Amino acid sequence: MIMGRSPRGPRTFAVLAAGVLALAATACAPGSSAPPAPSPAKTAASAVRTDAASLGDVTLTVWDQEVRGGQAAQMKQLNAAFEAKYPNIKLKRVSRSFDDLNTTLRLALSGNEPPDVVEANNGRSSMGQFVKAGQLLPLDAYAEAYGWKTRYPDTVLRYSRYSADGKVFGEGNLYGLPQVGEVVGVFYNRAKLTKLGLEPPKTWADFQAALEKAKAGGEVPMQLGNLDKWPAIHVFGTVQGRHVPAEQISTLAFGRKGASWTTPENVKAAEELVGWVDKGYFEPGFNGQGYDPAWQAFGKGKGVFLIAGTWLLADLEKALGKDLGFMLPPGAAAGAPPVTTGGTGLPFAITAKSPHPDAAAAYIDFITNADAMKVLTSTGNLPVADTAQQSVQAGPQQDVFTAFGAATKDDGLVPYLDYATPTFADTLGAALQDLLAKKATPKEFLDTLEKDYKTFAESNG
Amino acid sequence: MGRPPGEPGRVAYLYLLPAFVVYAVFLLYPIGRAVQISLYDWDGLTLGRWAGLDNYTAILSDERLRAGFGHALVLIVFYAVIPLAIGLTLAAILNHAKVRGLGFFRTVVFLPQVVAMVVVAVAWRRVYAPDGTLNALLGALGLDGLTRGWLGDHTFALPAVGVVGTWFESGLVTVLLLAGMSRVPMELYEAARLDGAGAVREFFAVTLPSVRGEIAVALTLTVIAALRTFDLVYVTTRGGPGDSTSVPSFEVYHRAFGLGQVGSAAAIGVTLTVVIFAISFAINRLADKGTT
Repeated sequence: MIMGRSPRGPRTFAVLAAGVLALAATACAPGSSAPPAPSPAKTAASAVRTDAASLGDVTLTVWDQEVRGGQAAQMKQLNAAFEAKYPNIKLKRVSRSFDDLNTTLRLALSGNEPPDVVEANNGRSSMGQFVKAGQLLPLDAYAEAYGWKTRYPDTVLRYSRYSADGKVFGEGNLYGLPQVGEVVGVFYNRAKLTKLGLEPPKTWADFQAALEKAKAGGEVPMQLGNLDKWPAIHVFGTVQGRHVPAEQISTLAFGRKGASWTTPENVKAAEELVGWVDKGYFEPGFNGQGYDPAWQAFGKGKGVFLIAGTWLLADLEKALGKDLGFMLPPGAAAGAPPVTTGGTGLPFAITAKSPHPDAAAAYIDFITNADAMKVLTSTGNLPVADTAQQSVQAGPQQDVFTAFGAATKDDGLVPYLDYATPTFADTLGAALQDLLAKKATPKEFLDTLEKDYKTFAESNG
Repeated sequence: MGRPPGEPGRVAYLYLLPAFVVYAVFLLYPIGRAVQISLYDWDGLTLGRWAGLDNYTAILSDERLRAGFGHALVLIVFYAVIPLAIGLTLAAILNHAKVRGLGFFRTVVFLPQVVAMVVVAVAWRRVYAPDGTLNALLGALGLDGLTRGWLGDHTFALPAVGVVGTWFESGLVTVLLLAGMSRVPMELYEAARLDGAGAVREFFAVTLPSVRGEIAVALTLTVIAALRTFDLVYVTTRGGPGDSTSVPSFEVYHRAFGLGQVGSAAAIGVTLTVVIFAISFAINRLADKGTT
């Protein structure tokens, strides 16, 4: 038997239970051991020092998630250059994968000696909560001193902005600075389009006609693997951007009061997406296909279009070469101002408890300055600033640079929809799976989203 | 006074102390802390706010979470009940047939247990993919009408995850029962034969009662495995499609590390622990009753 009964059993258990409860009652409240965060005093540009060479001997601990391919290469190159330029500053680099960083950062920040520079995810449940807990330093003074605000488009900087209490996302203090940009758009297979007698579509109507023609031609019109729950968010966001004004999408996606999910425009977007399922534009069983197998299939020539982010560029280019094309989702008319989901890579932030904020800011400036952007380009990344000034070979990489440049220049970036509330990624992902599987009508789908959004926006004040 | 010689006295507690200290530091203290945290509204970063039993009442009123516990109960069928049926049949056959190479079969049956669950999950994800092995097999049999993206189907995702559990646990149960059956004295079977019992009668009259203890062990282990399923769901479906495969353990992870609702996560964890404890206790009670 697993649990032999001894005559003493019940009493022993009672004693143990009492002990556990006593412990629970007497121990101090969770979180009370963390000392209060020092109030970030530096607000004036005059109070910060930008002369990194004269800061004395400093060791900076940096936590990043730049572990893959070109990301790792640029980081290594820039760190080496930084240490060569400022021999008085030593870097202690800790790099972890995105998931590992996300789960360990929370603990690291609440400790007494957190790292100096950290890459923190923009969203409410990461950066928002760190700001609320007073663990990150507002960087506005540095932004002024280093001129970040003139080099970075405002649509990009707002993804790292929070009010001091962490409640309002998208405006307020600046808490981080990203290196790279991201934009969701339409990847297409040029060879397949040519075979179907098509040009890359210039308008949204053209695009849907191309999908129809691809279907008739026996191709998979659009590749999608939605098993991981979130991939359809980007597809829905793209359709939504054709129907709902960008202003409203931003309000919804930043989780601010004053917009609604149940508008006729949103209904239209949801219906159009369901229509794609009905017309068979996706492969059967797409809800059960993984994200990676789906884009890999596109890379192997299965599928004419793929709605996805620029983070797939390097891998897809390797697979499809010159056949790969990328464009922003076309507007209602040719040449209409672009609207598309996009943002930045994880921003680099300075912890409030760091004893060397000036050196940390100098480091962040160094890995994001104009020279750094060139390094990012040469290592195959998409630099978030000065994108138009970079020279790259014609082909998919140039497509992506052009697209990102155009989207940021005309303020065409709208935030990821899952930024809206701490639970929204899950709510939206699950609701989209239901919608696409016809387990929920467009109206039920939007009601679910509205409930999450309204509950949060109201309680957040 | 009056204690028979050789009977341990109070000094025995001294011998227990080192083990107890380790147990207390690594198990009792964390449990106590988890119970305590579950009574707070805490984001893991700032000072927690006393919430009393709010986190627990929220569990009861959260439809999605209730559904999660429901899914865990369905998984018990796939993790414990079906493997037990398979294990009993298989063990009875293997034990009786005295096949050559019994050791080999035992190893093969037990093999899934040796593989890490994450690896198992990744492999099965491929099997269930729309262009995966299962659909290819169905296609080859001319059953194209049945093919689907198994893990993305609202009806079949949970059973599909469950079948992985069945595949995983059956070996363990079989080996456990086999060990139990090999202990049954041959005389019992002979006596049954002489009384004119067939194979089926023999199974119910002799084999089944003899392995009652092993059944209890097998059920306890597999039920616990079913209730705390995390890695399998995390890798295969992330609780989808919709919420049709969400389970409590996944919710604990999601809330603590994804959403920063540490208090609520702790409350789910504590509730799950209590449920597991109650069910294992009931299983062992039932098994004990039968033997006395």
